[in-house]
Amino acid sequence: MNLDLLLTYLYVFVLATFLGLEIIRRVSPMLHTPLMSLTNAISAIAVVGSIVIAGEQKTTLTTVLGTLAVTASMINIVSGYLITYRMLSMFKKGKPVKR
Amino acid sequence: MSLGTWIEVAYIFSAACFVLALKWLSAVPTARRGVITGVLGMALAVGGTLLRPEIESYRWIATAFVIGTVIGVPMAMMPMTAVPQRTALSHAFGALAAALVGTAEYVLNTHLSSFTMGALAIEVVLGFLTFTASLMAFGKLQEILPQRPITYKGQNFVNVGILVLAIGTAIYLIVHPGSLILFLFMGALALVFGVLLIIPIGGADMPTVISLLNAYAGLAASAMGFVLNNKLLIIAGALDGSSGLILSIIMCKAMNRSFSNVLFGAFGQAQVVLAETQQKSHRSATAEEAASLLLNASSVMIVPGYGMAVAQAQHKVRELFDLLTKNGISVKFAIHPVAGRMPGHMNVLLAEANIPYDALLEMEDANSELPQTDVALVIGANDVTNPAARHDQASPIYGMPIINTDRARTVLVIKRSMNPGFAGIDNELYYLDRTLMLFGDAKSFVSDLVKEVQGQLAT
Repeated sequence: MNLDLLLTYLYVFVLATFLGLEIIRRVSPMLHTPLMSLTNAISAIAVVGSIVIAGEQKTTLTTVLGTLAVTASMINIVSGYLITYRMLSMFKKGKPVKR
Repeated sequence: MSLGTWIEVAYIFSAACFVLALKWLSAVPTARRGVITGVLGMALAVGGTLLRPEIESYRWIATAFVIGTVIGVPMAMMPMTAVPQRTALSHAFGALAAALVGTAEYVLNTHLSSFTMGALAIEVVLGFLTFTASLMAFGKLQEILPQRPITYKGQNFVNVGILVLAIGTAIYLIVHPGSLILFLFMGALALVFGVLLIIPIGGADMPTVISLLNAYAGLAASAMGFVLNNKLLIIAGALDGSSGLILSIIMCKAMNRSFSNVLFGAFGQAQVVLAETQQKSHRSATAEEAASLLLNASSVMIVPGYGMAVAQAQHKVRELFDLLTKNGISVKFAIHPVAGRMPGHMNVLLAEANIPYDALLEMEDANSELPQTDVALVIGANDVTNPAARHDQASPIYGMPIINTDRARTVLVIKRSMNPGFAGIDNELYYLDRTLMLFGDAKSFVSDLVKEVQGQLAT
């Protein structure tokens, strides 16, 4: 990575952070637990890097590290999305109160 | 277009999906669509990556997919009370993945530019420290480890010392890359630091800690993007990081702690204040009396705390809610931001008990309704209802935003005894003239209330 690339990546990072701050500020506090489990699943995007390491099979050590990393990420992807969906299915609207 | 370009296109769509997923999560009606979009984004990212030409064999990838799914599905089926533990464990796995990939990258590339090495050091240090810190948080939440903060003399000095040593090693490696021993030393320091960071933190501070670890795990993934030249990783990690940051700030405000205090980890000092010994008088009531108060009210505000979930009383509370609403009484719930063990936890616990979400009020809305509320019913909440936070500068919780339960016309408090709770702070609310104490276990008292209400409705 050279300086130009670093600056490009910093642009991306800063813009994504501001976008994230703006979007997440609008999330209802009622949904903060599902928010955390969803962002947790999204950050399992580390699977992208892990897959390459596990698939390249350059050395035994890195294949082992990569496979462990894919496993850890996959746990987060599966459990993160599933539990978020399960939680959200529990939120139901009430019937209007009749006097 | 070449295959590489197509993969980039898939990554761009994936990033867009993640942004939309979080946008749609902002409100209940669109939230499930948000999750599906998030799954789509992940599928695009994984699908694109699997096509990459560097991949020689799919054997270990497939094995890891299977193992991950086998462990992941039961983890998603945990009861809602265990969601904070599950989240802490997920932070640990996410951070571990980042740290392991960083280590593998270091082993594979002997000639790293200083920028790449810098990003790699951030990835690995954040990854390893978040890994052990999250495991510690998991242990405390699961009550494998003691909930009480453990402090010793010179603790901050030791913690800062280890962190400075790790950063120093990282800087040395940026200038002179190539020493695997030093690299592993840096990783080990980060692992130790993660443990030490959580030791002095008490159970009550877990909502803040979990949010902060969420941010750290995101930043580790983002740093990985810098190392691997992958903008999708940078974006997804930054989204996760900003979410963790916002939640930490909200939790800090809700507990009246300064953000810098949390950032440096020097928090969670036990604020044990001995309860005043002077005798103050309080009034108590029976389930029968409480039931008739509830039935004569036209509006009721329930203030639930984590104690309600510990007693597993939420389903009984739902029965009470149903009975009262069927009789035309307006019943709402006042939710303090730190009610529960992680941000928003109480809402999920009540939703699991089938309480409709439009009955759940945020603290500000609840506070504007409380002065017109006939009966406030406190179940398993303590400090967040203490009026001392508003006026008593000597109180350890002075300045903390509270639910102004004392403004309701009548206050009912379900509590085991007059003993001050976990934080050891006496609650003024219990001695007010308008307050009636209902002594008993939350679950059994609420079921007595349900029976009494049913009985009084029948006659």
